[in-house]
Amino acid sequence: MNKITQDIVAEHGLTEGEYSQVLDILGREPNLTELGIFSVMWSEHCSYKSSKKWLKTLPTEAPWVICGPGENAGVIDIGDGQAAIFKMESHNHPSFIEPYQGAATGVGGIMRDVFTMGARPIANMNALRFGSPDHPKTRHLLGGVVAGIGGYGNCMGVPTVGGETNFHSSYDGNILVNAMTVGLADTDKIFYSAAAGIGNPVVYVGSKTGRDGIHGATMASAEFDDDSEEKRPTVQVGDPFTEKLLLEACLELMATDAIVAIQDMGAAGLTSSSFEMADKGGVGIELNLDHVPMREDGMTPYEIMLSESQERMLMILKPGREEEARKIFEKWELDFSVIGKVTDTGKMVLTMGGETVADLPVAPLADAAPEYDRPWVPTPKPAKISAEEVQQPNDLREVLLKLMGSSEIASRKWIWEQYDHMVMGDTIQRPGGDAAVVRVHGTDKALAITTDCTPRYCYADPETGGAQAVAEVWRNLTATGAKPLAITDCMNFGNPERPEIMGQFVGCINGMKDACEALDFPVISGNVSLYNETNGQGIHPTPAIGGVGLLEQSSQMMTMGFKSQGDQVYLIGDLTGEMGQSLYLREIEGREEGAPPSVDLKKERSNGDFLRNAIEKGWVTAAHDVSDGGLAVALAEMSLAGNKGADITIETDLPLHAALFAESQGCYVVTVDPANSKQLQDLAETADVPICLIGTVGHNELKIENALTISLDELGKEHGSWMPSLMAGTAG
Amino acid sequence: MKACVIVFPGSNCDRDLKVALTQSMGNEPNMVWHGDSELPETDLIAIPGGFSYGDYLRCGAMAGNSPIMREVVRKAEGGTPVVAICNGFQIATETGMLPGALLRNADQSFVCKDVDLLVAADNERFVGGYDRGQVVKFPVAHHDGNFFADEETLSELENEGQIAFKYATPDGELTEEANPNGSLNNIAGIYNKAGNVLGLMPHPERLISKELGGVDGKTFFDNLVHSIG
Repeated sequence: MNKITQDIVAEHGLTEGEYSQVLDILGREPNLTELGIFSVMWSEHCSYKSSKKWLKTLPTEAPWVICGPGENAGVIDIGDGQAAIFKMESHNHPSFIEPYQGAATGVGGIMRDVFTMGARPIANMNALRFGSPDHPKTRHLLGGVVAGIGGYGNCMGVPTVGGETNFHSSYDGNILVNAMTVGLADTDKIFYSAAAGIGNPVVYVGSKTGRDGIHGATMASAEFDDDSEEKRPTVQVGDPFTEKLLLEACLELMATDAIVAIQDMGAAGLTSSSFEMADKGGVGIELNLDHVPMREDGMTPYEIMLSESQERMLMILKPGREEEARKIFEKWELDFSVIGKVTDTGKMVLTMGGETVADLPVAPLADAAPEYDRPWVPTPKPAKISAEEVQQPNDLREVLLKLMGSSEIASRKWIWEQYDHMVMGDTIQRPGGDAAVVRVHGTDKALAITTDCTPRYCYADPETGGAQAVAEVWRNLTATGAKPLAITDCMNFGNPERPEIMGQFVGCINGMKDACEALDFPVISGNVSLYNETNGQGIHPTPAIGGVGLLEQSSQMMTMGFKSQGDQVYLIGDLTGEMGQSLYLREIEGREEGAPPSVDLKKERSNGDFLRNAIEKGWVTAAHDVSDGGLAVALAEMSLAGNKGADITIETDLPLHAALFAESQGCYVVTVDPANSKQLQDLAETADVPICLIGTVGHNELKIENALTISLDELGKEHGSWMPSLMAGTAG
Repeated sequence: MKACVIVFPGSNCDRDLKVALTQSMGNEPNMVWHGDSELPETDLIAIPGGFSYGDYLRCGAMAGNSPIMREVVRKAEGGTPVVAICNGFQIATETGMLPGALLRNADQSFVCKDVDLLVAADNERFVGGYDRGQVVKFPVAHHDGNFFADEETLSELENEGQIAFKYATPDGELTEEANPNGSLNNIAGIYNKAGNVLGLMPHPERLISKELGGVDGKTFFDNLVHSIG
């Protein structure tokens, strides 16, 4: 057996302090397999050692929360005995190294997290960040990631209904691929991962174990350097067909009562699944590795335990139910093998070839996982930039066209047309709206789903940015008429060992916490991805938020497109004119400066609740929130979505360019039939919500008095052509 | 009326097809597992979209050789109507029930969107709900929908009225821009010689209510039930 040297310890990403803790726990030196197990269990990816202290501060409870963070995914009650189960997870490092497989296995992993809990996945979403559009790798990465996400989700037959995509040079060397899955289950048929029942069989199902992905979790917990592409062999390869079979087989078995506990083999494979199940159940597990289905001969215990081969599950069955379960998996042509049993020893004992190859105490290893209170410094607050500090442009028309064709606002149709967003036959709001909406199959209900974050705000002021990300999710769900219920967070940051990065993390968490509390919008699941750096250059802090809301009546769903000529256009909320961190400043003046727009959570709440109320009453014919690019972009998007223009007059004390392009928060543009206008205004007065008539829906051009007139054709061309030209390599 | 939907491992539009058929028939179709070698008595066979066997080999090639397909071919030869959608169309060409082949899309990418289709021939059973020359809207969602056939087959299809649908503009023009995958002659769907087997890449089962964005697909299934039932 290999002697454990200092070098081997370091290669496994354990610090000296952590290694001496290993020695204390075992009272002896570990062997290589045991060291490997410690290494992955204590990696940042699996242990959350830098983030745990702060994650604990987020609100996770509400009357409708059935299961918060800590399981494979979070669970909320959506009434009638049904639950929505969802989570978002990162697959950043693998996707940078091998974009197709990295993104594909990210999607496969998150779907497994959701169906492990007994849910049929009904929608996928994603949140993607790429480097600057003109960076030489961007096209290759964007093309590969989108094809990978589509390749996996399309084959699974789960619609990918939307997402968001940003471009910024801070991601040049470290893209972000965050995938979210929403599933549907009955509240009395939810499966958890705590092992129980001494003597119960431990069963392995799914694909065979190969040598792929060994140490993926450790890779995901280290910074990149110029040689990172040599890590390609640690990227797993996805097999969506096998996962489709695994999904159907698991759901078929779950319809019986044979399963005690189930856990997918994700990061750190068999190691983390078996330890988590044993730890949660307070039991021991004995595994005979000879019975693990293997793809190749001669695999060592170390390789078997650390492999991240995809499409595998571990479960504990009730005694005597093995044959019933085996039949189901054999019908679906999947491996099924009893590989061990639950014990009362509190130890994980692994044998192979008749020898004990690892003998580790479960609770000490899991509970003693390091938890750090990393030093942090708050991000200095940048100064606000008022409208007066930004020069009036000569031509507001040119400004709007430029923003509509900018990397942040241009149409993402090129992306979503590569995703099957309609399979399962319940997508009633397709990608491109404020949120996607899918019906709860066979009912009148529907779920609204969105992912959002504005990293440039988070970079300038993490606290405001964190609050804004949560608020924007809430706002986007509200704009469809849905009641926002809960979020999942995917926290993407740089190296937490640097106090300024840790400060970004703490700031974002604090902002998110405030918003979650103010909006009754708990966090029910999430994932942390740190060390998103290349050669010491950190990404913009990116707490990607995925949210789910409920529409009791899918027929009441709202969309953003202008509907009928003559409808009145209203602005809900106050225009603040804050120009800091606006796209206007970045795209027109080339300045990435200032404080992001302020987020007033009280107004956010009252404006949104008012809108939802008005939608429920049936008065609203279109609704859209004001975000990137401000009011003018919101109006242009509503025009394009409905293929109808508008005549707009804005009465304001602000300079026109600030009224049109400042990214004032908590605002919506809505349209109503003139017959309902008075009622809407009365309701706004009662609710103390600022509302202002700004125009009427028109024909084929967008007119803003004293500012601009643009035909929809021209707007559409500008908006639609940017991404296809980028990908065709013909962008100017 | 009785209908069967064939289910392969990797089929993923089987439920959608079941929903659409049930809506039009008033009763549920039989879902037939690929491993079965016999079909229950049926007035219509439907082969759904998806990725049968993962489509890791040529699309539809594995499914084309499954036991149940031998039975489907036999029934089709006996005159039972068959509608084969997307992966189903690929499988039908693999079995020889329909001529031609579906190649990778011309731009190499998966494509999912609504397309406009010109109803290119009369066939009461399948398109009696529309007029010839009418333009209808169904979505496509495929990676391999680029219809190819040799010149002789192609002209036979054209001359014998075997082309069911062609990709078109909303005004019915057959332009290159309206063609989402590079199919020869903008072909989106074809009939066999006897006219009882229809294969098409677009998914009528995805537009069967206003809420989903259109009802042209509902008309398709309503007519199918009306004409067969």
